[in-house]
Order: sequence, then C-alpha cells, then structure tokens
Amino acid sequence: MTGTTISAVEAGLGPSGLYGVPLVGEGHPLGKKDFTSDQEVRWCPGCGDYAVLAAVQSFLPELGLRRENIVFVSGIGCSSRFPYYLDTYGMHSIHGRAPAIASGIAVSRPDLSVWVVTGDGDALSIGGNHIAHALRRNINITILLFNNRIYGLTKGQYSPTSEAGKITKSTPMGSLDTPFNPVSFAIGSEATFVARALDSDRKQLTAVLRAAAEHRGASFVEIYQNCPIFNDGAFDPLKSPDTRDEQMIRLEHGQPIRWGEQGRHGLGRDPRSGQLVSVEVADVGEEALVVHDDHNEDPAYAFALSRLSDPPIGRTPVGVFRSVRRPTYDDMAREQVAHAQSTQGPGDLAQLFAGKDSWTVD
Amino acid sequence: MLKQTQQLHRVVIRLAGDSGDGMQLTGDRFTAESAVLGNDLSTLPNYPAEIRAPAGTLPGVSSFQVHFADHDVLTPGDAPDVLVAMNPAGLKANLRDLRHGGDVIVDTDEFTKRNLARVGYETNPLEDGSLDGYQVHKVALTSLTVAALEGHEITKKEAERAKNMFALGLLSWLYSRPVEGTEAFLRAKFAARPEILDANLTAFRAGWSYGETTEDFAVIYQVQPAPMPPGTYRNINGNTALAYGLMAAAARCGLPLFLGSYPITPASDVLHELSKHKRFGVLTFQAEDEIAGVGAALGASYAGALGVTTTSGPGVALKTETIGLAVTLELPLIICDVQRGGPSTGLPTKTEQADLLQVMYGRNGEAPVPVLAARSPADCFDVAIEAARIATAYRTPVFVLTDGYLANGSEPWRIPVIEELPALQVSFATEPNGANGEFLPYLRDPQTLARPWAVPGTPGLEHRIGGIEKADGSGNISYDPANHDHMVRVRAEKVERIAESIPPLEVADPDGDARVLVLGWGSTYGPIAAACRNLREEGVHVAQAHLRHLNPFPSNTGEVLSRYDRVVVPEMNLGQLSLMLRARYLVDVAGFNRVRGLPFTSTELADHLRTVVKEVAGA
Repeated sequence: MTGTTISAVEAGLGPSGLYGVPLVGEGHPLGKKDFTSDQEVRWCPGCGDYAVLAAVQSFLPELGLRRENIVFVSGIGCSSRFPYYLDTYGMHSIHGRAPAIASGIAVSRPDLSVWVVTGDGDALSIGGNHIAHALRRNINITILLFNNRIYGLTKGQYSPTSEAGKITKSTPMGSLDTPFNPVSFAIGSEATFVARALDSDRKQLTAVLRAAAEHRGASFVEIYQNCPIFNDGAFDPLKSPDTRDEQMIRLEHGQPIRWGEQGRHGLGRDPRSGQLVSVEVADVGEEALVVHDDHNEDPAYAFALSRLSDPPIGRTPVGVFRSVRRPTYDDMAREQVAHAQSTQGPGDLAQLFAGKDSWTVD
Repeated sequence: MLKQTQQLHRVVIRLAGDSGDGMQLTGDRFTAESAVLGNDLSTLPNYPAEIRAPAGTLPGVSSFQVHFADHDVLTPGDAPDVLVAMNPAGLKANLRDLRHGGDVIVDTDEFTKRNLARVGYETNPLEDGSLDGYQVHKVALTSLTVAALEGHEITKKEAERAKNMFALGLLSWLYSRPVEGTEAFLRAKFAARPEILDANLTAFRAGWSYGETTEDFAVIYQVQPAPMPPGTYRNINGNTALAYGLMAAAARCGLPLFLGSYPITPASDVLHELSKHKRFGVLTFQAEDEIAGVGAALGASYAGALGVTTTSGPGVALKTETIGLAVTLELPLIICDVQRGGPSTGLPTKTEQADLLQVMYGRNGEAPVPVLAARSPADCFDVAIEAARIATAYRTPVFVLTDGYLANGSEPWRIPVIEELPALQVSFATEPNGANGEFLPYLRDPQTLARPWAVPGTPGLEHRIGGIEKADGSGNISYDPANHDHMVRVRAEKVERIAESIPPLEVADPDGDARVLVLGWGSTYGPIAAACRNLREEGVHVAQAHLRHLNPFPSNTGEVLSRYDRVVVPEMNLGQLSLMLRARYLVDVAGFNRVRGLPFTSTELADHLRTVVKEVAGA
C-alpha cells in the first residue's frame, strides 16, 4: 500500500515544488509591477523587510507561474504584513498559525504555489509546534522566516532567537534563555530543505528562494533581517566589508567549504572524531576540505554545519544546508484518495448509508 | 422443553461488565438484531475513560443499555427491566437503577470471594437475600462457555473471552431475535482467525441452546416490530450520522470535504469514520493539535473546499482564535463540538450540554457565530447538512453541537434518498465586481450580506484578506472608527438574517390549552418528549418545543415564549439557554438542570413538570 503510494508520487509528480502550478505561458511575461499591490508599504524606514519584499517581487516573475496560483500566508508580526504588498492571493492570519492554514491550502490544491511568511517570534515562539510539524510532514510549502532576533511589532522584547543576556524592556537585567538556532531547529524537525540568506544580499537571497520554490516539500529559509529600530546592526558582522569575508561561510553544493580572505579558511574533518573542524587551507591543502553536499541524506551533516554559527553573531554559514528528496504529505494524501478511487471505484453514498444491516418497511 | 411465549410492548436491557468483557460489542450486536427485527430503539453506552481500568473494580465497569419496543421510542429508558451482570462490580454499579422486580442475569463464576471483596461486598448478594426483590437467573456463563469450547484449538483465556457471545446467544434466544446478522458479523470480524471465529460462533449458539434447554428460563419474549413510515432503515449512532451528514453536504454543495482534526473523546469516531471514505474524495488531516486542525480546515475552505473540524469542549477552547479569524475572513467553516462533561478535562466519556455559552460567546471582540444542535443520533445527519447550508450561503463559521450521548447512542435511521436532500448551491466568484473592473472581496450580497468566495487560482481576483479590520467593500486594512462600527454591525446583522431562512419554532400542544411550555435544545429532546407524552397520558397538559437553531433563534421564538404562563427549560448545564432566552426576550424562564454526565430520565422531568403545571393552575 505504502509502496504504491510512494512510487506513484515519485513516478508521476516529479521533483519540482512547482509541478502542477499553471504557468503564464509564452508571450505574457509578468514583471515586478504585476506582483506589486496597490497598498502602501508600512514598515519602518530602513527595515530589512523592504529588501526582502523587493527581492521576492522581482524574483517571482522568473518562476513563470500564473500569479493567481500563488498564495502567501502569514502570521502576526512585522514581517507578516508581507502578503498585503504582493498582488497575489494572500492571507494575513493569526499568530503562529500560518503553517497550519497553509497546510490545509496545500493539501487541498496541488495547483497552488503556497508560501508562508513568518518571523522569529511567530515561527519559533507561539507557532513552534506548527512549523515543526509542517517540516516533518514535508508539506509542499515554502517557509520564509524573517529573523531579526527581536520582537518588533510589540516594540522591542527579546525573541526566541535573541542572544542570551539581551537587555530589552521585558528583560532589563538580561534575557535568561538560550536562543534557538533556526537552521538547527528545522533540521531537527526532519526538514528536507533548509537554507539561510541575508536580506542585504539580493543575489544570494534570490538563488536560495529559487531553490526553495523548486524543492518539492517543505522548504525552510531563514532570512537574517535587520530591525533598525529595536535591534539595529544585529547582523553587521556579516554585512560590513571589514568583517564579512572572515565571518560568512557561503555554502555551495559541490564546492569545498572555504571562506576568509582568498578562501584561506576551510572546513575539514578531525581524523579521529570525524567532527567538522575549521582548518587553514595552507596547512592542510584543498583536497582535505569538506566538499559541500546538500543532498547528503544524513541530517547530522547539515546539523553539524548549522552548529558552525558562533553566537551571538560571528562565523555563519549561509546558503542551502540541506536539500533532500522525500515524498510530500500532500502528494501522498491525494495519492491515497486516487488509489482508493482506482481500486474501489468512486464512492456511492446510497450504498454507504445503507450499510450492512438495513431493513425495509413497506 | 416447551416454553411459553409472552408478548411485550417494550423492554430495557442493560449489559454491565468489566471494560474488557466486550459489553459495548455485545450491546451493539443485540441492538442490530433488534433493529433488523423492526423494533424502534434507542441505546446508551456508558464506559470509563480509562482504556482498561483495573479488572473487576467499580470504576472499570462498562455498560450498554438498549430500549426496544413495538412503538415509537424516545429515550434509552429510565430504568432497565433486565440487568445482565458479568461480575460483582457490574451488579453493584447498576442494581440501583433496575426496575423493582426486574430480571437479573449474573455470571456466577465471577462471584468469587476475591471479586466480591474487591467491590466491597461483605457477603455474596446472590446468597444473602439482597436480590429478593428481583428475578435472579444464576448462570455459570464462564464455565459453560469454556465447556462448550472444549476441543477447540484455543487457550483457556480465549475461551473465557467468548463468554460475551454466550450471553448474547442467551439474550437473543430469550427475546426471539434474528441471529443471521450477528453470525455474518462474526464471520467478517474474525475472517483472518478461523479458530477464534469458530469459538465465538460456538459460544453464541451454545448460549442460545442453553436458553432452550435450561429450566431457569420458562418464558421467551417477543416484541413486535414498531410501525414506522415506509422506507429503508438502519441503526446509526450520532458520530456516524454526523460523518455521513458532512459527506452528503459536501456532495450536495459540489465541494470536496476536508476534515482537519485532532483526536479527542468523544469526537474521534467522526475522524475515524471520515478517514475510511477516501474513495469519496474526503481528505482527512490529523493535525498536531486542535489549533492546527481548525487552521488547516480554514485553509482548505479558503482554497475552495468544505472545511470542517471536529472536537469536544477543550478543543473548542483551543480553536477559538482561529474561529474568530474565520468570522472576520467571512469564510465557510463547520466546527463540530461533541460536548462532554467539563470544565477542563472533566468527564471525557460522559455527556453534558455546557458548551453552549462557550460557542456563543467564547471569542474576543464581537464575533457572532451561528449555532445548531442535533436532537437525536440520526438528527446529527440533518444538522450537518443545515450547517453546510448556512456556512456556504452566508460565508461564516458554524457550530454544530452534539454530545457524548448522541455521539455513541443509536437509533433507527430512515436512510434518505440522496437526490431528495437539500440542494446546496455554492458559487465561487469568477469576475471582478467593482465599478472600475477591480475586485472588491467584501462587496456583499444585499440579501444575505455574504461576501464573494473567491478562491485562489481565479485570475483577476487576486486579493488579500486578514485578521485586521477591513474596509467594507475593498477589504483593505482600515482603522477608521466609523468603518469598524459598521463592520461589527454588519457581521452581527449577517448572522441575524439567517433567521429569515430557517423554519419557525414549532410547538407541540395536542390539547391546545397548555399553560406551561417545555423548551429544550440538543439531546434532551428524547427525555423531554417522553416526559410530555407520559404527562399527557395522565391528562396533564404541557406544550413542547425544541430548538435546533440556537443562533440565531427562529424569528417567532419570542412570540412563542410569550404565549405561556410558564416556560421550563431543561438542560444538562446550570441554565445556559435560560440565560440566553432571558437576556434576549426578557422572559423569566425556569430552568430544570442536571449535570451528572448522563441524560436525565423522563420520570424525573415528568415529576418536575407535574408540579409546575399544578402551581400554574393554582396561581
């Protein structure tokens, strides 16, 4: 039973996350303007959300999808206003529940490209349960987690990704809790696609978004996003020309993992423990470096990469950590329906209602 | 030996034993046999929340009551005529309910010193005279079953477990039930285990033969079929009827059915039932929690399905915020609350009607939601269809209230002809509706005030909706004070207008001169109707009405209330409908309230009403 389901999914539905979503067709190309709604954008000046919005509006037309078949669902928080500014179908829902609502949409409609826009509080505090289960089920949705490491809309309390000891209005003596590493969280939740991008790096962000959209299953993209009002400069070490080369590890599938000036640092393995360790390329030679394989089935590999992040913000890998194939919940749920219909025939309500123990009164 | 045959009009039997004794199965089979024979009937399963409470203890007692008759039956019966006690715990927990002079059939093998002591019997009730007021039939059910199965390739324990089939065989003989259905049932159930099938069939037939040969039972009983309107019937419980009603509603709407749900007693069987019917295109999603269950259902509705979530009171509490979102998104959604005893975890397997105020008012802001309640197990089917009608026509979440008693209790159901069910016409928006070719997602139908249902995938209707207050018409975010006041009133008005589409409240007052009205809702229908019938037979005049629509009320409700000197509202809560009626109609209704986790008896209600009628007459 399960065998037929999975093989049918693999044989019939193809690998793309966009399979089944109608395309615009040649001669009717859409542009950024077509994805821009008539609503005034109301984020604070300088907010990183603007950059992400511009990147998404510019990038969406490249997918070639009909815009009426694109749905953005968000929760609550600054980033969750996102759907209002896109001229697609959109729902600004309630705090933390967007993945649940998006799951119902995706399971019902294979012809839709479904996106979830969420923040660090929305996704990892109040909605932690839903995001974990959406990832585990591998529902065909793309989740964009805007991580500014602070609560913006409620005016500056610490979030579940704030560094420990954060001084905020609700933690005048410093926050006490250990933060989540969202990438580690996603990998631990059995995610099949996990990536990280930076709001200010349009090229890299676009590349990650494309890979996420094309991945069939739940794609999880953490986007580091600056909040200029309550947590300004949170990601400066990754943005400043003085530090970024030393701090940012760009992951590229099939390429040795190296960073720093001239790529002088690299990622190797400790010969005894097998653990990932940073090495100097000059010392060990390029052939000793780990070649990034985001298709590695073993989540321990991607998890180990996610742990290279130095808190609060230092050396940080960005790019696609993990991209593996696994049948999606929504494809399999529809496949079970199709299988039942093909083996048992379409249902007959009258026959069902009559059951096995009926009697007739004349 | 030749047995005497006696005709009876009605019988109430209660089977009681340990949770592991198979009492529910035995009761179900006896019910099915009675249904096929053509009796009218009503059942009341009653079992502990624990899957296997300690064997032989009072908390571990599971019972099943069935009332069958040659006439219209309204309740599972106040007092059993017959108690089958599979052990001392079953006897002790149930004897007080038995009609005086009733029959007690006991498994004497279980009345050991140890088992007696476990439930606090100091002496054996079978020997100490405490059962002198009853007809006691002492049957060594266990050892007779084991003896009948001698030579079968099964363990002694497996042989002992077939004792419920021996008991069923005996009862089937005693009440002249047709047995073909049960034999076919056993063959299907144990198809994969021929040795267990053999054992159960043998035990079942041995029970029948035991009745025929023993001198302990000198009389066999017959209960003739009840006259019923022509049609094809089956027996059905409320959860199954609810599931079927949702399927029928989706078919009549031409929409796929999507259930987002999280397991909870006593609603889980609706999820189980719908999960079986994938060939009908039903999608069921067992979510990570109650919140995600309703969230996924709302998402499915947004995407153009008939979104449904099923739960009980604690689940409603968790779903509340999403239901508020559905109110403001103005999307169809059906929320089924199979009520159980509360607050908190309360009494998971027992019944109650105490969620009415929760579903009416348990949301932030002004968030009106239509509320419907089923009156009997089979009525759950019709209420599900009515809920779908309101949800789709008015683009609103709708609550369906049933309860643990309706969920598990059963009655004969006249199977409807699908084509004769209400046609539910649903049309999605396909074209822009604005003057300038734009799409206005909150431009309303002037009659129903419903907004367009524009599902993703429709070109030209791309729009954004959300939980923030919207400008009427455009749906754009609006913080304008006058708009908010307007929207709050429009949402309320939309729900009020549903009353224009529902039938008036009907009153049954056969004598035409009653001064006391009994007004109920939900599963109290059976006991109320039975009490009224009994009173009328005594010459006491009472009028009866029963509400299916609790929000909005039928338009004539206030007028009906004002016609009577006294209105009595029986409820399995502390007066929730009473509160609503008083607030809305300024009528001083009098509650009759019992919150014991069980349906109230028609006798206690009749006693109360008799007093009220006397008071009013004397006033």
